[in-house]
Amino acid sequence: MSTVQNNPQLNANGELQHLLSIEGLPREILEQILVTAESFAGVTEREVKKVPLLRGKSVFNLFFEASTRTRTTFEIAAKRLSADVINLNVAVSSQSKGESLLDTVANLSAMQADLFVVRHGSSGAPYLIARHVKPHEHVINAGDGRHAHPTQGLLDLYTIRHYKKDFSRLRVAIVGDVLHSRVARSLIHGLTTLGAPEVRVIGPQTLMPAGVEALGVRVFHDMRAGLKDCDVVVMLRLQNERMNGPLLPSAQEFFKNYGLTAEKLALAKPDAIVMHPGPMNRGVEIDSPVADGPHSVILPQVTFGIAVRMAVMSIVAGN
Amino acid sequence: MAGKLPDAEALLPGLAAGIKARVTPASAMIGLHTGGAWVAERLHPLLGLKEALGLMDIAFYRDDYAKEGLKHDPKRTRIPFEVEGRDILLVDDVLYTGRTVRAAMNELFDYGRPKSIALVVLADRGGRQLPIEAQHCGARLEVPAGKRLRLKRSANGKLSLELEDVDRAE
Repeated sequence: MSTVQNNPQLNANGELQHLLSIEGLPREILEQILVTAESFAGVTEREVKKVPLLRGKSVFNLFFEASTRTRTTFEIAAKRLSADVINLNVAVSSQSKGESLLDTVANLSAMQADLFVVRHGSSGAPYLIARHVKPHEHVINAGDGRHAHPTQGLLDLYTIRHYKKDFSRLRVAIVGDVLHSRVARSLIHGLTTLGAPEVRVIGPQTLMPAGVEALGVRVFHDMRAGLKDCDVVVMLRLQNERMNGPLLPSAQEFFKNYGLTAEKLALAKPDAIVMHPGPMNRGVEIDSPVADGPHSVILPQVTFGIAVRMAVMSIVAGN
Repeated sequence: MAGKLPDAEALLPGLAAGIKARVTPASAMIGLHTGGAWVAERLHPLLGLKEALGLMDIAFYRDDYAKEGLKHDPKRTRIPFEVEGRDILLVDDVLYTGRTVRAAMNELFDYGRPKSIALVVLADRGGRQLPIEAQHCGARLEVPAGKRLRLKRSANGKLSLELEDVDRAE
């Protein structure tokens, strides 16, 4: 899906109209989102955690695939912008009755939707929707197949910027099932666009996409070598269905080689931060003492995700 | 054109002197980004207020969001004191339509219920579109339509008023 036509996310003025992927977004827009999110973080710390920007707008959460954290934080973000939020669990409604994706969207559009937040198992589904919506309607990709999860990538970037201030001297390691991870892909594009000098991916050969080096990353199969002197360690979720499949011998074996323990983390810089997009498999990709330890910023990531999603929704809805 | 504009620096002492009579133990000051924050940073130390200065960016409360979209570089609003029960001195550089002040009051009430709000501006250029007036004003100026009155701050911190064409500023 990396060949999707020249920036369907931007309008004629080069402004963000839809958020479909971090890939192809200019640095200025990434920075605009991060700066705006920083201001929204202030709103989320107040007693009244609400601003009137999207009053009267309707946000449809269109989840064709299960999600708790992402759907909930999008819902909270929309409510804090004063929008009306409608959650659709499409997997168990229209689709199962045979309605096509575009018919579902056309019907919601007839209900006067302004913003579609879409998660879909097929890569490219949000692009298809974005091509067919009306000019005042906006689409945000909340995860499509193995392709992209741009708001997760953005909240990861926000978290890194929050703790490390500046991307220009950072060494970032992304560890685990890179092959199936839309989170990894989005984050790699974001880090390289914002000028992080060294992005490493660490994992077994079987879980590494072919030609991943072309994204500008260094590949490590030995976790100890890969973690050395890193400022940021991003652990990826190992999906349950892969654990005993043909790509991996067992969860125990994976943990031994690629699970983050305190002993392995000690090879990174002393002030390294540990991130995880959730949901975590304790004892598979990450050891509990690390997940709950002083280097972990896994829960702050969730909180920052709300401010980042407020920023994305208010920027696209205003363009 | 610029010759007719007053010297912003010279307006500050008189403005501060006028506000002094209003200061109570419950007074606290908030400057509006960006020009109002500059003016507030200068007035605040002249008034002996015990609370640190608050700074506000009204980007999330603007009434032209539907037309103009979100401003590009919103600053984080930081109010380092409880708003509840305070006598707020709200500071902006130039008072024009009154829409910024309306937005600021809306935002302020999301922090708490102040006892009072007084509006302090360096310059009032007329042209109000809302029933809002300043309680303290450094200068009243006639500004031709199509021009924007802006506060500038030089590298050494000196404030000055300038006229700009509206198209150029946009």
